[in-house]
Amino acid sequence: MSRADFTDKPLRVPPSGSRVGRRSALRILLRRPEIGSLIGAVVVIAFFWVMAPTIRHVGSISTVLYQSSTLGIMAVGVALLMIGGEFDLSAGVAVISSALCASMFAYQFSTNVWVGAGVALVLSLSIGAFNGWMLVRTGLPSFLVTLGTFLMLQGINLAITRLVTGNVATNDISNMAGFDSARAFFSSTMNVGGADVSVSILWWVGLVAAGTWLLSRTRTGNWIFAAGGNATSARAVGVPVQRTKVALFMGVGFCAWIAGMHQLFAFDTVQSGGGVGLELEYIVAAVVGGCLLTGGYGSVVGAAIGALIFGVVSQGVVYAGWNPDWFKFFLGAMLLLATLVNMFVRYQVDRK
Amino acid sequence: MNTVNGTAAIVELREVCKHYGNIRALDGINLAVRPGEVTCILGDNGAGKSTLIKIVSGLHPHDSGVVRVDGRERRFASPREALRAGIATVYQDLALVALMPVWRNFFLGSELLIGVGPFRRLDIAKMRRIADEELNKMGIDLPDIDAPVGNLSGGEMQVVAIARAIYFGARVIILDEPTAALGVKQSGVVLKYIAAARDAGLGVIFISHNPHHAYLVGDHFVVLNLGRVELDAPRSQLSLENLIRQMAGGAELRALEHEMHRS
Repeated sequence: MSRADFTDKPLRVPPSGSRVGRRSALRILLRRPEIGSLIGAVVVIAFFWVMAPTIRHVGSISTVLYQSSTLGIMAVGVALLMIGGEFDLSAGVAVISSALCASMFAYQFSTNVWVGAGVALVLSLSIGAFNGWMLVRTGLPSFLVTLGTFLMLQGINLAITRLVTGNVATNDISNMAGFDSARAFFSSTMNVGGADVSVSILWWVGLVAAGTWLLSRTRTGNWIFAAGGNATSARAVGVPVQRTKVALFMGVGFCAWIAGMHQLFAFDTVQSGGGVGLELEYIVAAVVGGCLLTGGYGSVVGAAIGALIFGVVSQGVVYAGWNPDWFKFFLGAMLLLATLVNMFVRYQVDRK
Repeated sequence: MNTVNGTAAIVELREVCKHYGNIRALDGINLAVRPGEVTCILGDNGAGKSTLIKIVSGLHPHDSGVVRVDGRERRFASPREALRAGIATVYQDLALVALMPVWRNFFLGSELLIGVGPFRRLDIAKMRRIADEELNKMGIDLPDIDAPVGNLSGGEMQVVAIARAIYFGARVIILDEPTAALGVKQSGVVLKYIAAARDAGLGVIFISHNPHHAYLVGDHFVVLNLGRVELDAPRSQLSLENLIRQMAGGAELRALEHEMHRS
């Protein structure tokens, strides 16, 4: 239809052309949720580029990326969940639960390790489904529900491992059937341009791409934004909010399985007490990446940049020859800085 | 079929009653909503306005009486069923997600998809174009269809919700106090679009407790009081003064006026 049909009484006289195509590139960029983390990443990389020259080596870059990927894989699921309006405090120990389950199942029943990995996948998805189901059935805040599962899983990890192995760690499974192919799949490294690049970086990139596609290009993505932004409104127009939330928790479960399998096949054994505190690092990565703590806004790419900042800072402190104690300080400062930049930029853009 | 004024009513209520426990919320309500007409339902708090829309929009069933849509008796089990019959309700909270872009809100819950299998995805270009066109048809021109709905004014948000209801096949739209939370100028914006929807041939049920707003766009006026119809008149038989008087309590007000009158 032509514009002449409806311009007899416009509220505002628009410039010529359809507003569908009328967007300035800079405004689009500034309105992206990742903008704060992008600025933060540039600042942090520039800072350590100058202060810690070792970080410039190809090998160091690959180490930084590896460090980022171990966090970043989980940050994908956690960011999607946060955009959907919920937290998962059990995400850190759930990684260990998954790894313990795969290792002990395969070892105790002398199966191929792939069978153990399969059982662990079922367990991880079930933990996610349980979190989601509890949330939608009881209406309790996710903070409480997942704090409960966090403590429960932490206890189960220690107790069951002690019960089964009589130890705090699982037995070495590196000589079991299927181990080599599983390691190749989850934890191999390949030589790219003189640097050892871990396959977990590929997993990370793949998950970020898939998560971004899901969020911005699919109906499910639309529902995730709506469920986190305003669940009541979303329900009123027919969005299956509860199903979406359960699926998001299961998504975190899937990421925990990938991360858990990577850990298991990289180190052959699993320490049953691990994972505590990591759940907050995932949340930090998502928030630094521009995900709104209250839901309804954010991006998966942002969370990936958040994870990258993590990797740069944690390795940068080491390469600069400083005491690693400083790492947490930098992390906290980054969290505040990125969040403030996000807030400031959005305010400036919206004011225009 | 009721054919007063020459046009058949889309929605018609005959002697509809509704009780909540032993509280009589609605008692013998008669109402006809015709295409191209704005039917205003006015009344004080507790007069039964919300109960009435809940019945028409399918949220609550009625106890007795008859609800007809296109001349056929209906009893809606859910809002979705009412929606399928072409009756859409725009509630005060509008069912919009503030942080999402205008076009995503427009199609939320009824997204257009292209592609097959795992590559089934949102038809973003088409949705943006349609949302843009539909809002233009309503005469509203937003600076940016990608802006979050929350950045729009209260009046503009109402219009987005109304345009969405019309696009998805509504023949009757129920507007629940659309001007209640708005300033004078924004109310004007919404009233203009109510008139636009009427001119597009829709039946509009406009719930309000503001007789001034109602009189600006209304074709037919129903004043409720304690669950009963106190006044049911077409515009031609009613002046604004009379409507205000009825709203304010009619006979009660006259008595009060007499009492308060000081020479």
